[in-house]
Amino acid sequence: MTQNLRIKSSEFIDETNRISFKFDGKTYYGFKGDTLASALIANNIHLVGRSFKYHRPRGIMTSGSEEPNAIVQINPNSNITEPNARATEIEIYEGLEASSQNCWPSVNFDIGGINNFLAPLFPAGFYYKTFMWPKSFWEKYEFLIRHSAGLGKSPNTRDPDIYDHRNIHCDVLVVGAGISGILAARNAAKNNLKTLLLDEKNELGGSTIFEANEDNKINNNLASEWLKKEINELKNIKNLEIKTRTSVAAYHQYNYLLARENLTDHLNKKDKKNKIRQRLLKIRAKKVILATGALERPLIFNNNDRPGIMLSSAIKKYSNFYGVACGTKNIFFTNNDSAYESALSLHNKGINVEAIIDIRENSDAKIIKKINDAGIKIYWSHTIVDTRGYKRISSISIMRLSNDGTSVTGSKISISCDCLGIAGGWTPAVHLYTQSGSKLTFDEERKIFIPKADTKEQISVGSCGGDFELDEIITNLNYKLKNFLNIDKTDFDSIALENDHETSKRNIWLLPSDQSIGKTKPFVDYQNDATAKDIKLALREGFRSIEHVKRYTTTGMGTDQGKLGNMHALGIIADTAGVKMGELGTTTFRPPYTPLTFGTIVGRNVGEFFDTFRRTPMNDWHIKNKAEFENVGQWKRSWYYPKEGETMYQAVQRESKAARQSAGILDASTLGKIDIQGSDASEFLNRVYTNAWSKLAIGKCRYGLMLNEDGMVYDDGVTTRLSENHYIMTTTTGGAANVLGKLEDYLQTEWPELDVYLTSVTDHFATASLCGPNSKKILNKIIPDLDLSDDNFPHMSFREVLIDKIKCRIMRISFTGELSYEINVPASYGEAIWQKCIEAGKEFNITPYGTETMHLLRAEKGFIIVGQDTDGTMTPIDLQMDWIVSKKKYDFIGKRSLYRSDTMKQDRKQLVGLLTEDPNIVLEEGAQIVSELNQKPVEMLGHVTSSYFSPNLNKSIALAVVKDGKNMMGRKLFVPMENKNISVTVANTVFYDEKNERINA
Amino acid sequence: MFLINCPYCGERDQQEFKAGGEAHIERPKQPTELSDDEWAEYLFMRKNIKGVQFERWNHAHGCRKWFNMARDTSNDEIKAIYKIGEKPPTQ
Repeated sequence: MTQNLRIKSSEFIDETNRISFKFDGKTYYGFKGDTLASALIANNIHLVGRSFKYHRPRGIMTSGSEEPNAIVQINPNSNITEPNARATEIEIYEGLEASSQNCWPSVNFDIGGINNFLAPLFPAGFYYKTFMWPKSFWEKYEFLIRHSAGLGKSPNTRDPDIYDHRNIHCDVLVVGAGISGILAARNAAKNNLKTLLLDEKNELGGSTIFEANEDNKINNNLASEWLKKEINELKNIKNLEIKTRTSVAAYHQYNYLLARENLTDHLNKKDKKNKIRQRLLKIRAKKVILATGALERPLIFNNNDRPGIMLSSAIKKYSNFYGVACGTKNIFFTNNDSAYESALSLHNKGINVEAIIDIRENSDAKIIKKINDAGIKIYWSHTIVDTRGYKRISSISIMRLSNDGTSVTGSKISISCDCLGIAGGWTPAVHLYTQSGSKLTFDEERKIFIPKADTKEQISVGSCGGDFELDEIITNLNYKLKNFLNIDKTDFDSIALENDHETSKRNIWLLPSDQSIGKTKPFVDYQNDATAKDIKLALREGFRSIEHVKRYTTTGMGTDQGKLGNMHALGIIADTAGVKMGELGTTTFRPPYTPLTFGTIVGRNVGEFFDTFRRTPMNDWHIKNKAEFENVGQWKRSWYYPKEGETMYQAVQRESKAARQSAGILDASTLGKIDIQGSDASEFLNRVYTNAWSKLAIGKCRYGLMLNEDGMVYDDGVTTRLSENHYIMTTTTGGAANVLGKLEDYLQTEWPELDVYLTSVTDHFATASLCGPNSKKILNKIIPDLDLSDDNFPHMSFREVLIDKIKCRIMRISFTGELSYEINVPASYGEAIWQKCIEAGKEFNITPYGTETMHLLRAEKGFIIVGQDTDGTMTPIDLQMDWIVSKKKYDFIGKRSLYRSDTMKQDRKQLVGLLTEDPNIVLEEGAQIVSELNQKPVEMLGHVTSSYFSPNLNKSIALAVVKDGKNMMGRKLFVPMENKNISVTVANTVFYDEKNERINA
Repeated sequence: MFLINCPYCGERDQQEFKAGGEAHIERPKQPTELSDDEWAEYLFMRKNIKGVQFERWNHAHGCRKWFNMARDTSNDEIKAIYKIGEKPPTQ
């Protein structure tokens, strides 16, 4: 019979709204406002998971995002399942299902629990040390280790939820809506600053809102009551936007922050439908106020991880905020006054507090007297040396601490309990502060890292800035705000504050036990099962840097990033190594502060929205005619046009033959087009291309090769001189944007004296490339008035003509070796012209062909494709294109590099043709080439760059780069493949129509 | 993510910009007269210092203009932004 631990109604819980949910297959009830954690505790469920390494039973420890233990699988076995969710953050809703992680067959009986008894076999670095021998066995070990590793299960189907991104610009961003954040945001907004206030919880007010300490008063009211009234008035303030359930994940330079706004996770299943689940806020703030609060520290003692051992502040929140008692026999264990507040809260609600164990000798705070009046026994100068209870804590053993705090004396006292609140002091949440690049300083007296300095763009206020007591918080906040916002007064200048003060402090990072450390399990990192013992072992083994100790012991490397135990790890290292914590520093705080789903990070950029697609004006025609498409950069290009039942190979063979025998047509709209104008345009081309341009006549076209300054081929294309000072350059499809960028770079930075203007016109023109012996007849049908004779319109020339009043630029240029015309029209007429060509070409069986056929045809001619036959290490000389490098020009981009000792070497890899001994074998592109088969190690001479079966030659052809290839003409080489060695012969790169007769056919 | 004050457009997000490496490396006027070593110095050698570094940046998804930036590489503080052709700030 489960016991109900719900105490009395809380104003934050709606007891009229009962919600059912499932945990580990069983149905439970909670109320609107509960988290999964509070609802489970109310149902007396304390064992919620198993630890990572030892499979020890673990329960709920905290009430917030720092939770290391109570991480669960949400909606298991569904496509919206989510692993490693913190039970302390999940707001329950009707239909919620959750299950324990890292246990089999169940959380109550977990086979892996045997690891706990084998613990001596699993010290830090266990895997590194054990699975080294024999070396070849690693793959077998890895399979088993991977199988047993990990916490939750990731979903294995597509995420059906919708995610979104939003950009926000604001004057002031306030992170954290506790008392400091609320006052700061309100004052910023009141001073006409556009203010955004974010909090990761669903309620504003931080920890003050459930404060019940009667000694903490604001304007003579309980601090919590006062704050509730202030929050009610926030909605009337202009310029203030408030977002709850919004966790700031990252704080980058220049006040750029990323936050995850959770929109539907708390809604009932049916209300979630078709709504954006989470939104990534990309915030650029002029000023940032960090009010992220502080995290309570645990205490590190033997067996400090049992279910029922919780942070003292969490117990207070469960009772005051959620109306849930965490136990019926509570004990607190503390080194400061805050546990007394928690104890008193419970006592005042009628919940039994058995005792308080305090490692300090005494305290004279006012609250101590109240605890004494309540009859709660305090054990001063005592520490817990051990705890008992497997699935829930059942008792503790305490002993008196020695004066130096390193050992225990006297006799052991055992006290039974079912809940232990631990209070180890407070760690300012400086995660975001350090992510921004700011430095920390260590306060030796209070043992905390605090922000070193505020800046004009960023301040830390409240407890994240190191102020813990109410009067200190408010006074410093007031002072800091005035400076930061440059204002004379705030609306809380004359606030009246009263609060208790803590005077007595004692901090011991690792509490001693009556047993030797080797026999104890004082957990520092709960999630990763790293103990103080592991840290000491790492130090013994010679690790010194905290970054190394962290990785070796995995301390702080769980999904909680060690929010609870990292300070203790540092403290234990410092104590053991005899160094000061301030000198030791901290490990690096990295984003995200709490885990983000991938969905939030990618937002809308999934599926078809993953990247932008560019489509040519003829795209619809290609789709209608069943083209298969290929991605080239962002372009969707027609790849080939299969007819009924045709394979890609068959289609390409057919298209290739047709283009050479009669007529083919290619959509070449994607080629980059740069309009070049200005009185120095010719000089400019002279400098960027390897060949000479000044003498190119108006109306003529020329092929150009562009190098990088290192002499390597960068891009190629045909450029046409339209008029005296006007050229149009074409670039490769993929290189267009980079070429323009590079040319702009030279114009703006190296040659600003040149009068040249560059404009990208790639999208402004559509290009249909007509090719084949019948292309002239087809063009003649379309433009009967144009004289297409070789005299009037020779190869490599250009004409501007009208087709149906549409201005067209026609270039007679060829990438296939056939007679060929490129018809350029304004993009909006692209499909019309294409259609016209198809109509006119019907009688010649005009065949549309795609990129694959284009590649095959040009390979037959030995024309290179930059990026396929070159890879940034090929000079024009390597490509056997010496003819295009001007010897006369004094300079061009890359010229000097062609005379470096390395680029002049004779035996560089050079482009050659390859013919297979068996003409039916087509080589694989990328295959390696060798000259010897039996030699080991074998020297790789080069690789195949392009390879096809040529239907026009009826044999396999290939281009390849081969070391010293120019001197290997006719040599027999081998292409070794997995099952066979293919014999090849080095050949000329031009396989077809070596004399170039067909361009005038 | 930097907030970069383009000298032509004003403050814009870093994602609109492209970094272009070390600034003030002029392309030699007479490359053919340089030794291999001198040419290699121009071509390959770039500083990578901790401290204030002068860099070229391009407002690639904006006005497309190149400009210079003095940036402290140790904390990413942008000390100055100035146009191509202008002298780098002395301090």
